[in-house]
Parts: sequence; C-alpha cells; structure tokens
Amino acid sequence: MLAGMTANVVFGLLRVAILAAALKAANGEIADYDIAATNTYVWIGQGLLGFVLLWGTNELAERVRSGDVVVDLYRPWHLQSAMLAQDVGRGGFAFLTRLAPPMVFGMLLFPFQFPPSPVRWPLFLVSAVVALVVSFACRFLIDASAFWLLDNRGLYGFWNVTSGLLCGLTVPVSFFPEWARDVLWMTPFPALMQAPIDIFLGHGDPLRILLYQVFWAVALLLAGHLVLRRAVRKVVVQGG
Amino acid sequence: MADTIYPRLIGARLRSQMSYRASFALDLLTQVLAQWVELVVILVLFSHVNALGGFSKDEVLLMYAFAGIAFGIADLFAGQLDNLPTYIRAGTFDVLLMRPLGTLPQIMVSDVRLRRLGRIVGALAVMVYALAHVSIAWTPAKVALTIATPLAGAVIFSSIWVVTCSVCFWIVEGREFANAFTYGSGAFTSYPVNVYSAPLRWLMAFIVPGAFVAYYPSLALLGEQDPLGLPGWVGWTSPLVAVLAAVVAGFVWRFAVRHYRGTGS
Repeated sequence: MLAGMTANVVFGLLRVAILAAALKAANGEIADYDIAATNTYVWIGQGLLGFVLLWGTNELAERVRSGDVVVDLYRPWHLQSAMLAQDVGRGGFAFLTRLAPPMVFGMLLFPFQFPPSPVRWPLFLVSAVVALVVSFACRFLIDASAFWLLDNRGLYGFWNVTSGLLCGLTVPVSFFPEWARDVLWMTPFPALMQAPIDIFLGHGDPLRILLYQVFWAVALLLAGHLVLRRAVRKVVVQGG
Repeated sequence: MADTIYPRLIGARLRSQMSYRASFALDLLTQVLAQWVELVVILVLFSHVNALGGFSKDEVLLMYAFAGIAFGIADLFAGQLDNLPTYIRAGTFDVLLMRPLGTLPQIMVSDVRLRRLGRIVGALAVMVYALAHVSIAWTPAKVALTIATPLAGAVIFSSIWVVTCSVCFWIVEGREFANAFTYGSGAFTSYPVNVYSAPLRWLMAFIVPGAFVAYYPSLALLGEQDPLGLPGWVGWTSPLVAVLAAVVAGFVWRFAVRHYRGTGS
C-alpha cells in the first residue's frame, strides 16, 4: 500500500508542477482555476482515481473467457447487483486508503481551496459515491462485452487509455475548447471525476451536476442489466 | 550459443503476436492513442498559454517526442520487468537461474510486446512535425545527436526499470513503487525539467537521470541556454550518461539476484 501511495504522490506532484507552470504563463488563472484550485483539483483527482476505480480488473471478462461465469449465473442472485454491492464495499475501504490520504497530503502541503459553503462537503461525498456507481456501470458494460467478443482486452485497453483524458483526470474539462467541453458534458465521462471535483470547488450548480450524474448512473446500470439479460441467453459453456 | 538463441526467442514471440491480426491491429492503434493522450494535454495547455517554462509549443513537442520514442523502445524490452514480482512470488525465477543464460536478458525477451511499436510510431510522427517547425542550425553533429538521443534515452529508461524493479527482490509487492519511477519518468521527461519544483527535479532529473533523456539534448539541438544554468556541452553527454546508467543497473541487478532465495519446492 505504501508503494501505491508513492506512485500516487509522484504522479500528483508531476501534474501539479505542469499545471502550475501553465498557470504561471497565463498570469495565474485559466478557466476558473487559480493555483489553489489547481492543487485541490489534482489531489482530489489522485484520490478519486482509486476510489471510483477508473481502471478496474476486468475480472468478469476473465471469468467469461474461462467459463467460471456459469457459477456466478446460476446462483440465486442478480449478478450485476451483487457485483455493485461488492464494489461499493471496496469503495468503503478505498475511501480510507485511497481517497483520504492524497487529499490530506494536498491540504497539508499545498495551497488548498476548501468548498465555499459547508453544505458542499456532504454533497461532494454523495457525488463521489455516485461517481463510483457510474464507474462500476461503465466497467460492467466493458466486462460484459466479453460475452460477445470472448477476448475484450482490446476494448478494455481502449477504455484505460482514453478515460483518464475524457473524464477530467489529466486536465480539467473546462480547459478544453468550448465545443469539446460541451460534447464531453453530454457523455458520462465527466460524471466519473470532474463532477465531484466541480462540486467541491464550487464550480457550477451542485444540484444540476448531481442530477446529471444520477441520470448517467441509472442509464448505465439499466443498460448493463439489459445487456446481461441478453448475454445469459446466449452463453455457452463447454464441458461439464 | 547466446548469439543465436535470443534472435530465435524474439522471433517466436513476434510470430505468436502476429497470428491474431485484427486483435494486434487494435492493440497497435490503442498504443498510438496512449501516446497521443499526452499530446492532447500539451495542445490543450498551449491553447491557453504561449510558453511553458519559457519554451514554445514546438520545442515542448520535440522534448515530448524524444521522451516518447525512448520510453517506447525501453518498454518494448524492459517493460517485461513489471512481471518480476510474479516470477519471485511463484518461485519461477528459479527456472531462469538454472538455464545457462543471463537472467536479465531472459526476462527481457520473455514477452516482447510488439504492439508497443504503436507508441514509438505515435511519437515519431510528432518528432517529424516538431523538427520541421523548430529552428535548428543543422550540422552533421546535430544530425547524429538527433538519432542518438532516443536510443540513449531508451537505455536510460531501461536502466531505471532494472534498478527500480530490483526492489522487488526485497519487497515483493514493489511494482507500484517501481512504476512511480518508470512510468513517472516517462511523464516527467515529456516536459522541460525547469517547470518542476527543486526537490522533484533533483530526484527525477539528476538522481534518476531523466533530464538527459530529452531536455538537455533538445537544448543542444535548439542552441538554447539552460535556464537552470548548466553549460551547453551537457546536452551532448546523454550517450555517456546512458552508458553510466546501464553499468549501475548491471551492478544493482547482480547484487539483487545474489540476494534472491527460492521459495523452496
């Protein structure tokens, strides 16, 4: 775990330095981000990364490939709900080990921008949990694609490579040109990362952001549910 | 024996990867995209500013391209060291020790992931663009430096991989620690090193010799003064630094392997 923290902190420091250099060249502010907001953005992002688990394990897909998934399917449970429950449980632990440490690290060592009103603290927590659910729903869909593709590692790699940029982890979504910003907010990606950060920093209307997140959480979970129902009908397991 | 067995081993790995063509093509494309994610970040930042650490967009792109090619080549051969914890925990490292070949080369050819070429191609394209757009007073020596820089950088990155992964002989779950320095250096060297704070710069640019991958050679090519105050000839020393790093890595690896104890049978 300490090794994981080292990687997390080193990458956080790198991102802070590069964004700070850009701010310096832009006379201290880019798109609502001054130096304190940027530090806050980076350290919350480093924390959320492990909490929402942007880059998952592709475990279900491996079980589809090996055939073990049949055990999961004949248990008297709804597979997607069971996996969601597992992921929320993982999130509870990750809250202490992944989300809190980088945020505390950032608060202690860097200029930090706290929420403009205390009510944003609980809203941030709710938003982070919804982000975790959206992240789970996305990962579940990618996992479930293995029912058709058998080997979904190409798709999975594609997700790993692009999601960090699109969700606002590598650079704030508001830094993008206006057209790209508008397109991104129509996709579920900012719901994974930028939404909770915006609520914390006091950017935008928190209720609208939460509604946007909840919409995508429900839509993607529903999509996952339908995909699983179709998948179960076509699953063929070799051997006995 | 070793002079014919390694080409054969590499050939076998390459043939196995080429046998699933569609999957391979997608993997290759994903790697090009992976390289270009950082490019998008640089372009987005430069849509708000004219210079980063005093360097123009095309100059930063040149550093990013050098770092990208070097990292891609290193990843192709040394990236397999990420699997070292598995070898150690499962005890399969014993098998490597029993064969009459070096342990390090055996791991390096254990899985040459050809799709990593995508990264190199993606970075090469940016290098061509950057070289066409920055002003360089070309001399034969500078042409040689342009070719030598990514290769020296690859040796430096590979050495970082070997040294940091050697930690896994003591801390088996040390992979993420190693990643902080391997992938971290990859990200670090894509930008001019004078943008980083002093402690981070000392660690990642000089103790881990990241500044010699792209930053100093680029300064020498561009004929610019180092904002950090080192003299101009430093930009020509990267191949020397690479040799030094490789020697250090060799010693660390030998020391680490001697420390290895099998898990028993």
